[in-house]
Amino acid sequence: MASAQASAGPAPDTIARPRRESTASWPLADRVCYGLCWATGIGLCVVAVGIVLYFFSKGISQLRLSLFVESPSPSLHQSQAGGFRDPLIGTFVVTAIGIAIAAPVGVGIATWLTEYARPRWLVRAVDSGIETLAGVPSIVLALFGLLVFARGFFVFLSGSTNGGAVSGKSFLAAGILMALLALPLIVGSTREALAQLPNRMREASFALGKTRATTIRRVLLPSIRPGIASGVVLGMGRIIGDTAIIVIVLGSTLKNQGAGGAPLLSTLRGAGSTLTSYVYNNSPAGEGNAPQKAYAAAFVLLIIVLALNALVTRLSRGGRHERHGHDGPSLWRMAFSPRARL
Amino acid sequence: MAAGASYGKPLPAAVPRSGLHAAVKADRRAEHMLGALAVGVLVLIGLMLVTVMVNAWPSFSANGLSWFGSGGDIVTQFRAMQTNTALPGHSVEYFRAWPLIWGLLLTTVLAVAIALAVSTLAAIFMTEFAPARVRRVLEPIVRLLAGVPSVIYGLMGILLIAPWINEHLLSNARKQSVAYVVQLSGANLATATLILTVMILPIMIALSANALASVPASWREGSAALGVNRWRTIWRVSLRGARPAISAAVVLATARALGEAIMLAMVSGGRPFGANPLDGLTFFFEPVETPATAILKEFGGETNTPIAHTAYALAAVLLFSAALLSFAGWAVKQPLKRYGIV
Amino acid sequence: MDKAMPPPVRRIAVDRYPHVAPAKPAGNGTGATVAPAGDARALARATMRAPAAGVRERMRAESVWLAYGDNWVVRDVSLPVRTGEVLALIGASGSGKTTLLRSLNRLTEITDGAARSGRITLDGQDIHELEVNDLRRRVSMVFQQPNPFPMSIYDNVAYALAERPGRAGRRRRRSPELEQAVIDALRRAGLHDEVADDLDHPALRLSGGQQQRLCIARALAADPEVLLLDEPCSALDPISTATIEELIVNLRESVAIVIVTHNLQQAFRVADHVAFMHLGELVEYGPSAQVFDRPLQQRTRDYISGAFG
Repeated sequence: MASAQASAGPAPDTIARPRRESTASWPLADRVCYGLCWATGIGLCVVAVGIVLYFFSKGISQLRLSLFVESPSPSLHQSQAGGFRDPLIGTFVVTAIGIAIAAPVGVGIATWLTEYARPRWLVRAVDSGIETLAGVPSIVLALFGLLVFARGFFVFLSGSTNGGAVSGKSFLAAGILMALLALPLIVGSTREALAQLPNRMREASFALGKTRATTIRRVLLPSIRPGIASGVVLGMGRIIGDTAIIVIVLGSTLKNQGAGGAPLLSTLRGAGSTLTSYVYNNSPAGEGNAPQKAYAAAFVLLIIVLALNALVTRLSRGGRHERHGHDGPSLWRMAFSPRARL
Repeated sequence: MAAGASYGKPLPAAVPRSGLHAAVKADRRAEHMLGALAVGVLVLIGLMLVTVMVNAWPSFSANGLSWFGSGGDIVTQFRAMQTNTALPGHSVEYFRAWPLIWGLLLTTVLAVAIALAVSTLAAIFMTEFAPARVRRVLEPIVRLLAGVPSVIYGLMGILLIAPWINEHLLSNARKQSVAYVVQLSGANLATATLILTVMILPIMIALSANALASVPASWREGSAALGVNRWRTIWRVSLRGARPAISAAVVLATARALGEAIMLAMVSGGRPFGANPLDGLTFFFEPVETPATAILKEFGGETNTPIAHTAYALAAVLLFSAALLSFAGWAVKQPLKRYGIV
Repeated sequence: MDKAMPPPVRRIAVDRYPHVAPAKPAGNGTGATVAPAGDARALARATMRAPAAGVRERMRAESVWLAYGDNWVVRDVSLPVRTGEVLALIGASGSGKTTLLRSLNRLTEITDGAARSGRITLDGQDIHELEVNDLRRRVSMVFQQPNPFPMSIYDNVAYALAERPGRAGRRRRRSPELEQAVIDALRRAGLHDEVADDLDHPALRLSGGQQQRLCIARALAADPEVLLLDEPCSALDPISTATIEELIVNLRESVAIVIVTHNLQQAFRVADHVAFMHLGELVEYGPSAQVFDRPLQQRTRDYISGAFG
């Protein structure tokens, strides 16, 4: 009967699929703004892709395997100027020291802020403190570091110049300052991850008679490993990218110079360079004036940053597959300000 | 049943008393330790403020309030401090920081203003108008650019942008017109502002796009159902809902622009010159310095010399402006809390 | 002890095609209670031929099919919408009533992958040929969850008026004409007495019922011809519900109202005509007294008596 045939669908030629709202009927002002948005979007695409392509092309053309294994040796001829092995090691050392300090301290502070959180005024103060720390320019941190390490309590951490005056510059000093850079990122990331844990986890653990400390150690922290890892990787990114602290606290030497006798400790207490200061020194602004080397090192830096970015995305996506499905926007927000937890 | 018989025997102890106490004590210890870490951060910030001010004080006290004023050429003043020969009629600590402060204000305000306009349009494009394929490409690129170290932007500036501006935008006639006062080159206000804008754009775009995407769909749907076209919906409802996040992004970007040392040091012209808006178009090609670049270029890491005092005084100014920015960020959000946006 | 067993569960076989009850011709002039031989669609078309006196037809849906993706959610539905009366769309979840409602102001177009067939007209004009924002100003909608914008009460109500194209030159926020329109809309929505002094207060500070009335005022501000209400009281307490229902009954003199509701009692209270939909098809349409007291279809009878829902 009629209903049997009608339930199969309407006549196919009568089916219409509506398009999105066309802008033809908008007033002129709105169409102009729409056009501006498109223009900005296209411009953004062009500029962004342009920057990436520029550095990739310049960098790849200058990159040779030998650069990774030779130490820098300044010379008038570009091709004999050596590679950036020392700066690579320097970057690695500074990042390692920075994260080694910042990670436990950051996770500890974040845990205290979310799990214990007493007294309230102290929590608010510490919260403001972390945000202030996030906003302090790294050059100010560097100057502060000089004071502490050159004259203060920690003089043993750096080597002395020939005249006996402590220079306050060493890998250890730079690493400790880098920890201050990474700290707000790790605190923010861990706090965010802890806040997203459902309360029933804590309640279940307490119901079994466990103390808060045990709960944190055995239940909560293992659950937020991706969040902590993301924070650590973000901190690493910030450390690797910073130049001001390196230039001021580590000096402008191209090679790593040890201080004192003991092998590992001498490197740590000595001066040196990292990839970032290497790029700075080889550019026309520094002393080296070897732009090819600068491009090559910049390319390596970019690859490292790219890899870290991909790592953060992978970590945040892995941690959120059960919740949303799009990669964590909140992690992204938090990445650039502990405050922007909106 | 013998109901009462079971009540005679004592209940078995669930947990040994000593074990319970030990666990609670360990919990208290953990709480105090972590709390100490958190307080350590506050102590550190306080220490930073104190030590920087203590080292800055000689410069401030020698110059009084006119430290912030203008008078004389900063380069000459620094030379005087280096050679320890006082300028006639003044002390060795003589310093007038206005050209640096002016440069800081110019670059920061211009860069943030341009970046705000561009990033808002770009974020609207990314969230509302861009086809899905374009969005999938654009998002990772924006995130990558946000993580690129500033020294790489500086490299691009000094090796690509500055020479291009020097060749194509800076005519010889213009250079001649002010040659008696200052040398114009590719390293100038325009280049610095341009690259600073490009540097802070990715973060602002990312945060703004996140904010726009988080605006509740019910508002957008409600606005569409009232017969308001897509652009006006975005302009009046979505942007309003995203305002706190965009304000946070602006504060973040300003903090980054304020503290930027390395990139500006590479492209800004190296000469603390108070760029004069009355010069017309030439204004944009005049060199500019900020406190951060001055520290980077002049300060060698020594302590207790006039240059050191001046450097710490400049650092104190940066620190103070970072604190001011923090406060501004908080203050901007207060009125918006009324309307239920935050 | 197993004395008192619960009564056996009556299972209703809910199949796809409505049973057609034998027609009982009533034979009076209005045509509304006549059930001609044939299925419900014919019944609806018969009704549309003779609108009741004092009531003017505004919109008409003719053989409307709607789909999301490959799934036809609304199947061959034809309905009239008239000023001076309230039309209630009732039915179980998934019956397509909300989709049908949203198609009346083309809100289904916001979703990608929507497809349609059939014709919907407003005052004789096909709505798909009108400019979409123009249409939505004439056919306004109020949603299930109150969604006031994050602005003041005044700005909320004035929103549709302020954003009309052509107002660009006269963009003063508190112009007398706008203020008058806002006050009128608030009066029609029954909110004016409560907020007259607080027009600049944030809208989100209002209670749930007040927010919903604000949304109604906002929809009324541009003086629409048809008002669509998508379960407006489902998130509200009984007192707010009663207020809004009273509002609806008062408003129908000037605005054609279509209300989708889950709540049969509410439909009974406010509606003049009722359309019962099931699995996308229009099962029964008629005056509310007839549909509730003497439903012509077995399916309708089952739904109203609570056999499924």
